[in-house]
Amino acid sequence: MLVNQVAVFLENKQGRISDFCKALSSADINLITMSIADTTDFGILRAITDDNDKAIKVLKDAGFTVSSTDLLGIEVEDKPGGLADVLSTMDNAGINIEYLYSFVKKDGKAMILFKVANIDETIEICKNKHLKIIDTGISIK
Amino acid sequence: MYFNKEIECMSRSEKEALQSERLVDVVKRVYDNVKMYRAKMDAIKLKPSDIKSIKDIYKLPYTVKQDLRDSYPFGMFAVPKRDIVRLHASSATTGKLTVVGYTKNDLDMWAECDARALVMAGATPDSTVHVAYGYGLFTGGLGMHYGTEKLGATVVPVSSGNTKRQLMLMKDFEADILCCTPSYAIFLAEEMEKEGYSLKDFNLKAGIFGAEAWTEEMRKTIENRLNIKAIDIYGLSEICGPGVACECSKQSGMHIQDDYFFPEIISTDTLEPLPIGEEGELVFTTLTKEGIPLIRYRTRDLCSLNDTPCACGRTSIKMNKVFARSDDMLIIRGVNVFPSQIESVLLSNPLASPHYHIVVDRVNNLDVLEIQVEMSEALFSDEVKTIENFKNKLAQDMASAISVSAKITLVSPHSIERSEGKAKRITDKRFVK
Repeated sequence: MLVNQVAVFLENKQGRISDFCKALSSADINLITMSIADTTDFGILRAITDDNDKAIKVLKDAGFTVSSTDLLGIEVEDKPGGLADVLSTMDNAGINIEYLYSFVKKDGKAMILFKVANIDETIEICKNKHLKIIDTGISIK
Repeated sequence: MYFNKEIECMSRSEKEALQSERLVDVVKRVYDNVKMYRAKMDAIKLKPSDIKSIKDIYKLPYTVKQDLRDSYPFGMFAVPKRDIVRLHASSATTGKLTVVGYTKNDLDMWAECDARALVMAGATPDSTVHVAYGYGLFTGGLGMHYGTEKLGATVVPVSSGNTKRQLMLMKDFEADILCCTPSYAIFLAEEMEKEGYSLKDFNLKAGIFGAEAWTEEMRKTIENRLNIKAIDIYGLSEICGPGVACECSKQSGMHIQDDYFFPEIISTDTLEPLPIGEEGELVFTTLTKEGIPLIRYRTRDLCSLNDTPCACGRTSIKMNKVFARSDDMLIIRGVNVFPSQIESVLLSNPLASPHYHIVVDRVNNLDVLEIQVEMSEALFSDEVKTIENFKNKLAQDMASAISVSAKITLVSPHSIERSEGKAKRITDKRFVK
């Protein structure tokens, strides 16, 4: 029931994001979506690719520090209020979100990726509220 | 103007007789009271009676900082603990401090040195001396403090920090002498402008600056911006603190108080004494100290001596500005920092990579320390807060280990140069020579 994410450390230095993309491109890996958390002197690039296992290997070979994390993916309609409804459900259930980002799938639906502290509990709550959880079938488990 | 003309202008032959008499005495005292010195002398079959004059000093063994660490805290004291009235300490590589104990006579001798230094800078008993060196285990603040009182001038023991208040007090109390680090003097000058003061608001005539390396360019900047004479002072806590040597108004080298501290320059390769004028490591023997007398103490500071007569009339030997260190000690905002201290903090943190690089720079005339640490698999997380927590914890651990705040910067793995020989751990961007 999870979406696997690859995160890499970015030193605050020109060219690091480009290096990341080059590493994926050289191994013919496609980026589905990514987001960057930036602080004053470093960044964390989080990405979903079409082959995370391969991505982790090529990124490590290219000298990146890599971590693999499972996120909760929820599909919503790509229209005003689509995300607001999901968030108010989570808010009412007292779920604390560490970060989230999104992308629009080829079928026109929006995919929201959540990092939450207690993922199993959150899945239960989302199921009870009939939210559509997407399982990409790849996970670190 | 002299504080102690009889000593400061003593003929060289009289000085030598005084040094000889004092050396014979101190050698006897350390042999009788300090185990380490007795062992060192016994090992080379040297008896106190073999030391008859200052010319015999070359027979004596050297003392190094490690000896002080090995005898932590009081092992090298030459008097019973009850005769010690003050302790000071400075940082050392092992995390343990180098401890120095002073008897009443030692404090009086130190105050005499700083009173002489103050007069050399132009102070009189009518002066008001603003002491912005830190007060505490660090010798800077209290050294100049007691020197001022010994001179009979007025001391303002403001210590470091709170620049706005410093400026207000400097103006209101009409200080004519400023004592602080040279970088802080420049910072004060900048803040004066920012706060809308004009130089006419102040009564400053001279400043006595030390505790860190500074250049002639910095001297010119300070003299122009504050319209004062900027005087260089030298000291190290092992010997007593600030005042071991200080410039006179001629600003042509620092007069060593050589009735108390006998200087030598030695070759760092052969450890043989070098002729006057040559560059090498500065070595001191404390001739009168009671608490912790040191025989031929290797300062690790590299400089040269100068015995040409000074136009001021003082006859003491002068030392030129220290231009480098023979070890990897860094002096940051007056605090001694060893790369090994930084390394041991990193090694004690299971998440930290042992690969690091130290960058020291001077930003807005203040020393800044940056420690670059490589990111590691163990430390990395997809969440910013996890990494920030690590950085904050490491910064706190560093600050408590080295007494100076450091900026921790995380860099890419394997981006810090690996070296097969002695790793180049430090980039010091401050101009020293």
